[in-house]
Amino acid sequence: MSGASSWSFREEDAARIGALLNGLLREANARTALLVDRSGQMLATVGEAPRFDPVAFASLTAADFSANDQLARMLGENEFGALFHQGEKDSLYLADVARRVILVVLFDNRTTLGLVKLRVRGVVEALTAVFTAMFSRDAAGERGRGMDTGFMGEAEDEIDKLFGT
Amino acid sequence: MSLINYASREVNCKLVYYGPGLGGKTTNLEYIYEKVAPASKGKMISLATETERTLFFDFLPVDLGTIRGFKTRFHLYTVPGQVYYNASRKLILKGVDGVVFVADSQLERMEANLESMQNLYDNMAQHGLDLTRLPFVIQYNKRDLPNAAPLPQLQEALNPGWPVVDPARQRPVPDPNRQGEMLVEEIDGSWIERVPHFEAVALRGEGVFDTLRAISKLVLKTLG
Repeated sequence: MSGASSWSFREEDAARIGALLNGLLREANARTALLVDRSGQMLATVGEAPRFDPVAFASLTAADFSANDQLARMLGENEFGALFHQGEKDSLYLADVARRVILVVLFDNRTTLGLVKLRVRGVVEALTAVFTAMFSRDAAGERGRGMDTGFMGEAEDEIDKLFGT
Repeated sequence: MSLINYASREVNCKLVYYGPGLGGKTTNLEYIYEKVAPASKGKMISLATETERTLFFDFLPVDLGTIRGFKTRFHLYTVPGQVYYNASRKLILKGVDGVVFVADSQLERMEANLESMQNLYDNMAQHGLDLTRLPFVIQYNKRDLPNAAPLPQLQEALNPGWPVVDPARQRPVPDPNRQGEMLVEEIDGSWIERVPHFEAVALRGEGVFDTLRAISKLVLKTLG
């Protein structure tokens, strides 16, 4: 067992992932694609800027996916690899990536669920490869770049200021 | 698991308030929400029952601002305290960076405290996490009530200390928050370590920010 670990998301990871998600939006004719990690943190947003609070959205997405994961297990399934939430105008399609990240596609009636599903399938495979490489890089200790002592000092000062001394 | 996002230049850390039902976890978050400057807080989300008992979690993001070019944010979560919501509780611990255990000081809640602490250890272990190696503080809430147990009794039950086996760490460490008390000390020839603890009356806000400040600083240290 271990203590908390951190992982890093580099500029080059973001560029590779951004290209994949932009391609998905184009091909699926969807509005926005978001990547959220399973602990509830937003990793990336591509496409139309969301009109909602992205931080709150990420925490609820992770909770939603985790709760459904447990429901799947109760049925004897390993997981529900994807979820669909249908609205009157806007709908969400959520898919698991490498068991660590959730891809969320926001779309409206300019496209169809079938097309979104179809395009997501291919992108999930490509994203899985990217994230698997990222996680093995961090696990191998290649991260190397934690936050420096200057950051720590300033962050402590901000904590004292914001939370009182 | 804290995330350093070099692409969006963000650092996010997840803090979870754990403890028995009606112990004051949500009250802690509500007080923080009320007092933190509007520019530093996001939307507070509470997934609660009709009777305002936490069903899944409360969530409050707090921004520290931009530090050395990195937007630094703490995500504060509570878990549902009631025993039968364990499945939900376990989910919230996923990716946790620091834990605050909010104990109910009332004598008659001692058993509920112990049960919740054991449940925390078990759930962390199921995520492959060792509570003794993670930022962790205890808050003894409701210190103002006439039936509150004496502090030493709560400490003995909930924070008795674990053995320090690493010889490099076998040295006295004073508690920075409590003068004259030790976090690491040698007792009868063996070294033990306790976690920082705080007394609180969360309804009035007493001890709420002391607790938050301590756990935030401990979590920050893990980012280095």
